[in-house]
Amino acid sequence: MSEPARPLGKDLVGLEDLSADQIRTILDTAEPFKEISERRIKKVPVLRGQTIVNLFMEPSTRTRISFEFAEKRLSADTVNISSTGSSVQKGETLVDTARNLEAMKIDMVVIRHWASGAARFLAERIPSNVVNAGDGSHEHPTQALLDLLTLRDHLGDLAGRRVCVVGDILHSRVARSNIWGLLKLGAEVGVCGPRTLLPRGIESFGVEVFNRIEEAIEWADALNILRLQLERMKGGFVPSLREYNRVYGVSTARLEKAPRDVLILHPGPMNRGVEIDSDVADGPQSVILKQVTNGVAVRMAVLYLLAGGSPERAEAAKRRGMGG
Amino acid sequence: MSQRPMLLKGGRVVDPSQGLDDHVDVLLTEGKVSKIGTALPRPEGTEEVDCAGTVIVPGLIDVHVHLREPGGEHKETIATGARAAAAGGFTAVCAMPNTDPVIDSPATVGFVAAAGREAGSARVYPVGALSIGQKGERLTEIGELVEAGAVAITDDGRPVMDSGLMRLALEYAQAFDIPVADHPEDLGLSRNGVMNEGVVSARLGLAGKPNASEDVHILRDLLVAELTGGHIHIQHVSTRQGIEAIRQAKARGVRVTAEATPHHLLLTDEAVEGYRTDAKMNPPLRSDADRDAVREGFLDGTLDTLATDHAPHHYDEKEQAFDDAPFGIVGLETVVGLILTHLVHTGEMDLSTFVERASVQPARAFRLPGGTLVEGGVADVTVLDLDREWTVDPSLFLSRSRNTPFTGWDLRGGPVRTVVGGRTIWTLAEGSRS
Repeated sequence: MSEPARPLGKDLVGLEDLSADQIRTILDTAEPFKEISERRIKKVPVLRGQTIVNLFMEPSTRTRISFEFAEKRLSADTVNISSTGSSVQKGETLVDTARNLEAMKIDMVVIRHWASGAARFLAERIPSNVVNAGDGSHEHPTQALLDLLTLRDHLGDLAGRRVCVVGDILHSRVARSNIWGLLKLGAEVGVCGPRTLLPRGIESFGVEVFNRIEEAIEWADALNILRLQLERMKGGFVPSLREYNRVYGVSTARLEKAPRDVLILHPGPMNRGVEIDSDVADGPQSVILKQVTNGVAVRMAVLYLLAGGSPERAEAAKRRGMGG
Repeated sequence: MSQRPMLLKGGRVVDPSQGLDDHVDVLLTEGKVSKIGTALPRPEGTEEVDCAGTVIVPGLIDVHVHLREPGGEHKETIATGARAAAAGGFTAVCAMPNTDPVIDSPATVGFVAAAGREAGSARVYPVGALSIGQKGERLTEIGELVEAGAVAITDDGRPVMDSGLMRLALEYAQAFDIPVADHPEDLGLSRNGVMNEGVVSARLGLAGKPNASEDVHILRDLLVAELTGGHIHIQHVSTRQGIEAIRQAKARGVRVTAEATPHHLLLTDEAVEGYRTDAKMNPPLRSDADRDAVREGFLDGTLDTLATDHAPHHYDEKEQAFDDAPFGIVGLETVVGLILTHLVHTGEMDLSTFVERASVQPARAFRLPGGTLVEGGVADVTVLDLDREWTVDPSLFLSRSRNTPFTGWDLRGGPVRTVVGGRTIWTLAEGSRS
């Protein structure tokens, strides 16, 4: 029996580590998986017998559930661990948690952690596949992949397209993963937000920096609007939510001045009336719910590829699943 | 305690305190340097040490180490730290007071001094806290601390944020002729930073400490020292603007001494890549330009004192997510090889300047015995083999901790013998003798 090919390597820690081809492979592999979620029986047997642990050391609803759907639709066995009510709360270190899981013979860990670098830390210490579901302010690769898939669905080839990430870039793992992914696929990338929430040296990533949302809207084909965490206001990064909405909020009035239709993405959960107005979130240019749908397909693709699947066989797996 | 006289024979003696660089012998009797020269008398029972091919220098002194005792004995003890110092070629170290409890009373200062004597290895000089509990509120009883053996005061680990308190310390300490050492960091600017603020921190998604957090505090310290006429000792300088400020202050006569650490001389924040917690220290490793400025300052004497900021941590504590791991790395057992290899053998720094920065000036800055082989001085001597080749292997450290970013570095040159008070406390061949 030959070793399964591993188009992504052992782990998915971040998009900074991936090549453009690897990113395209994931997006292409997600295509056949999209359709599975449309069926009455939403299940294919490709990860049957595999055990996946969802290790969520930080509160998360959307990402955890999206991963869980992806895992179940691939027929994997899943266990969820969250920081509250687990050994983590009793002071167990990350490395001990990981070793204990490993000792129970698992195949993959999906990790969400509040510390930057936690996914890589785990990946370097256990032989199982590790998928980063968000580590501190570092990366959130599957979120960016689903953003890329959604952008591709609506804009086609992303080369030369202009996408601006809006909001708290400094603390955002979604922003970093989006920047790397978009740049690798040839898009032009902008960032827009108050200077207090932009990392110093962000220009060196190769992105355009906009201080005002009006300029970003004039420039962009798509806006990816980040949630403004309430803690940022307490930290003094922005004076008030009201002011943030006045200066950086994306409103219909602002979008109407754009020279083209601007696609609206938001990784959720939204603060309506803060970073995004309701009529924009619910408006015709919004693809926010399509992002959620794509999230499951992208995560299926990532899990499948890490387990040794190939893009060609994903199509076949889909057909086989249909029979079963 | 009577001990055999020791004759260090056939070596090259480099002692910048008396402008000496010559092949002469050194005779140590009764804990003192008794004679330097050729054809020296050999008192009854003299131990002869063949130093051919080696360099004899005044014992090296590290004015900035953390020995963790009391309270952190799983990381280091005064005894293990003193032995690690000896194995690194140091005859004396100054122990920082940020232990648990803090060294802020005559009793705790006395404890450190006594434990150091009991270790019987490198000399251990206690440094007292500047403020009670290192809380930055009220001065300690500095006079009593000095009487109990403190050689300086500092709140190291924490900066003195209250400029008024710093003024009081710099004024009050003058009566006792000790330096006031400060860890320069404006906590408002460095906030919750865990590494240098720059491109690497932006990529890794780690909170950064900007250069300015150190610069403004250095400038503050210099201005307050100028105001008071006190002696400020600026610890582990890492920024180019900070160095320039010290250079200018020295030029206008401010009483300032300043440290360069081996890691800020040799590494940049690139070493943090991969979230390497062994490259996490405070102040953080900074940019290429800052590293170059530290070197320039170390060469021209702006940074006059080599200090390791030896900061041992247990591997469990470093084996964590970067945000959770403590700041600091060990340095005592690698610094001599690092500086010889990367500054002396490359021709950037001559050997005599190295000895000046690692022995003569630390003794002068902290008013310690040693730092010279002048006849009548303490018999604290380090013997170096400039050409021995070795590889940094933390499993061989005498320190209780292993947290170094220099693992696996190939080095040329290092200590082979450390002599304190005329007694050999460590040799490369036999290890620790205490």
